[in-house]
Amino acid sequence: MRDLFRVSGQLLDAATVTAAVEDARCGAITTFVGTVRNHNAGRLVQWLDYEAYEPLAVKSFERIAQEASERWPGIRLAIHHRTGRVAVGEASVVIAAASAHRADAFGAARYAIERIKQIAPIWKREHFQDGEVSIEGATADPDDRSARQTAMERACS
Amino acid sequence: MLVTVKLFAGLRELAGAGELRLNVAEGSHVSDVWRVLADRHAGMAAYAPSISCAVNADYSRMTAAVQDGDEIAFLPPVSGG
Repeated sequence: MRDLFRVSGQLLDAATVTAAVEDARCGAITTFVGTVRNHNAGRLVQWLDYEAYEPLAVKSFERIAQEASERWPGIRLAIHHRTGRVAVGEASVVIAAASAHRADAFGAARYAIERIKQIAPIWKREHFQDGEVSIEGATADPDDRSARQTAMERACS
Repeated sequence: MLVTVKLFAGLRELAGAGELRLNVAEGSHVSDVWRVLADRHAGMAAYAPSISCAVNADYSRMTAAVQDGDEIAFLPPVSGG
């Protein structure tokens, strides 16, 4: 079965997510892999811990795909997000967007990651050699039209 | 009536638990549930301007009415990706 939207503690596989959106009508697939980097704000990061409100996170991914299809009709999106401890270099999120033409696939993949950061109920905690800190980004409000507009502008820039 | 409260990240740490049961009065709204928590756990009230809420795993509003058995989630600012 093609698992389009998923939140799990298992290692992410970009090929699996890419395969989930493959379609004979598509001429382009953009696959975005978000990875854990070894530094943030001048400190060395050892690993990240992700937690999620899983059922709502999956619904948020579905919502993001719905929004993307309003802007890019026919777009096929898959989003997998990891939870638990994620080591430096490992993927925390994989997004695949398939479309007839490349511009739409690139745009939708970018839109999806921007929206995930705005509305997906997922939190990261950075672990350093000498401590740890919870990261708080955006107040999640799916109905905030200006946030959605910002994501769209980034996707289409 | 009895509701289940789910807390995440910073809120979970302040409460010392990710899930708890609360008895709230009939006719309560999500904001009433929040007030009980904020009164009980030091530091939680500071989150008031930046939290989101969900009822039964759908985004909701603090003004929404609460039913017996509901799962109410309070979400600090998110940082996925």
